[in-house]
Amino acid sequence: MAITLDIALAHLTSRKRQTLVSVTGVVLGVAFFLAVSGLMRGSEADFLKRLVDSSPHITVYDEVRQGRVQPAALQWPEGAVAVRNVRPLRETRGIRGWRQRLAFVEALPGVRAAPVLADAAVITFAGRQQGVTLSGVVPEKMKHVTTIEEKMQEGSLDALAADPNGVVIGRGLADKFSLHTGSTLVVLAADGSSRSLRVVGIFRTGNAAYDENQAFVLLKRAQALLGRVNRVNRVIIQLSDPYAAQTLAQTIEAATGYKSVSWIEASEDLLSLLLVRNIIMYSVVAAILVVAAFGMYNTISTIVMEKTRDIAIMKSMGFHPRDLRRIFLLEGAIVGFSGSVLGGLLGLALMQALAQVEIRPPGVTEVVHLPIFWGGTQFAMAVAFAMLSCLTASYLPARRAGRLRPVDILRGAT
Amino acid sequence: MSTAPPAGPVIQVEHVTRTLHGEIPVTLVDDVSLQIERGEFVCVMGPSGSGKSSLLYLLGLLDLPTTGRVWVDGQDTSGFDDDRLADFRLSRLGYVFQFHFLLPEFSALDNVSLPIRKLGRLRADAIDARAAELLDRFGLQGHHHKRPSQLSGGQRQRVAIARALANDPLVILADEPTGNLDSAASANVRDMLRDLTRESDKSVVAVTHDASFAAASDRRIGIVDGRIDMDWRP
Repeated sequence: MAITLDIALAHLTSRKRQTLVSVTGVVLGVAFFLAVSGLMRGSEADFLKRLVDSSPHITVYDEVRQGRVQPAALQWPEGAVAVRNVRPLRETRGIRGWRQRLAFVEALPGVRAAPVLADAAVITFAGRQQGVTLSGVVPEKMKHVTTIEEKMQEGSLDALAADPNGVVIGRGLADKFSLHTGSTLVVLAADGSSRSLRVVGIFRTGNAAYDENQAFVLLKRAQALLGRVNRVNRVIIQLSDPYAAQTLAQTIEAATGYKSVSWIEASEDLLSLLLVRNIIMYSVVAAILVVAAFGMYNTISTIVMEKTRDIAIMKSMGFHPRDLRRIFLLEGAIVGFSGSVLGGLLGLALMQALAQVEIRPPGVTEVVHLPIFWGGTQFAMAVAFAMLSCLTASYLPARRAGRLRPVDILRGAT
Repeated sequence: MSTAPPAGPVIQVEHVTRTLHGEIPVTLVDDVSLQIERGEFVCVMGPSGSGKSSLLYLLGLLDLPTTGRVWVDGQDTSGFDDDRLADFRLSRLGYVFQFHFLLPEFSALDNVSLPIRKLGRLRADAIDARAAELLDRFGLQGHHHKRPSQLSGGQRQRVAIARALANDPLVILADEPTGNLDSAASANVRDMLRDLTRESDKSVVAVTHDASFAAASDRRIGIVDGRIDMDWRP
């Protein structure tokens, strides 16, 4: 009703200083809420991005979580059948029918997948040896599921496609063995077979162990070298929505029968750490708004106390208790709303300023900016929390105003 | 106690008692029965603390009697809830207090239009027209947009009277309406209230200490210790 809004606005505009203090409290609360949560969620997203980028969203292994159920046990599930001393057929290890399974996975929405044959191998160069994980990849597919292409310092992954005898190694190994693009090294497989390969690319991820112990070759080359023709033992999957990994991994595992591990499953401990961090962060920023709400409560109660005569006259005039409650709740809502809008703007400015901050982690040459999360949800949360605390803070004085009996005030006044 | 409300009087109270409960219960109004007729200019007098203001609050439905009944405009108000009482006050009663009690943030015009807007029977332009007409009637031309703090005591009290008349009430209840004014302003307010009862059939019930006020009235009611001590029509 416009009449209550008019009175609420009149109360607020006639005590500009107090109103300003209340609004400022909410503005600062909302702005800090945004800046802190933007920074925290930004760093969380940054951390997750690194986590998610450095490892596949889902990896399908050539393993099963549980051994196969024997046909006899399937035939008579309730029967007294026991199959003992089962020895699986000896076969070349790998994902059976990987082309069909890869095709199935790739047909799922928002999924990019790449087949990999990874196994241990030894790289020898000038009499020195280094055990590595040798991954046979299809460069065209691999580029889309890992960030390795971005981490290339020399050459590229595509060079593998051009040179079937090429190998891509990490900076750590290259430095250790003084290798350059064009250097020739020898790769020894576990069964003793070996092959000379030429370095066609060098990557640097920043992860020292990875940079020293990882080498990429063409899938066909790895299959030949490791004696596992036409096999892959891993399918690496990247999703457009990394958070769908858990459910999708279950779907894939159910469909293919092979163990599918999502990054969420692989880094459960880190994720629970992030959750705790978020709880702490939201408690702290919420505390700021609670303090602002106390300022708000103070202002509205002061207005109610100063306005007892006005309340008395309005009630004697015929205003209902709910009209009076509405006036003071509206005052809370107005302060909350204007504080939210201004606080949102100030918060944006703070976030903008924070995003400009440059940090140089020790030992790293590139300049890193503070990661800021710009999502709309935190704005909605800040506004919702500000409005909630303002309405709660004004509810008590509003209720008191609604309960005041005009005759008590008139008796006191005359 | 009769149950059928008489149609005639604008306010009727029967055996009304108001007791404040506390450590020591205080009886403010003690078994008062009285009728206010339409068009009457009634003056309630008595020493301080005699209960005259308390009686006025009961007549004006601002307070509820501990025992007894109050009829306003022929309706028994004893079963009314707060909202119903508020609606009744809004449409049928007007108040003028010793202190003007205008809302300080609003102009004279807005103060007068507030109860009209609250009642919601008129359209926005008609509300302003009515408020302006009331202010003009009490000689406040040119003061419509002034805040209460920019008006003199007498002017404020005239705005308060205009506000009391905003919804064309049956009765104006005035509690020491001239208590805060000099003699010229007092006479002015007194004449205005009296003229209301002459020009229409509105009734005015005024609590006052002012002898000249009493002299202008149709009826004087004296209150002592919460009881009617005198009820005299000159």
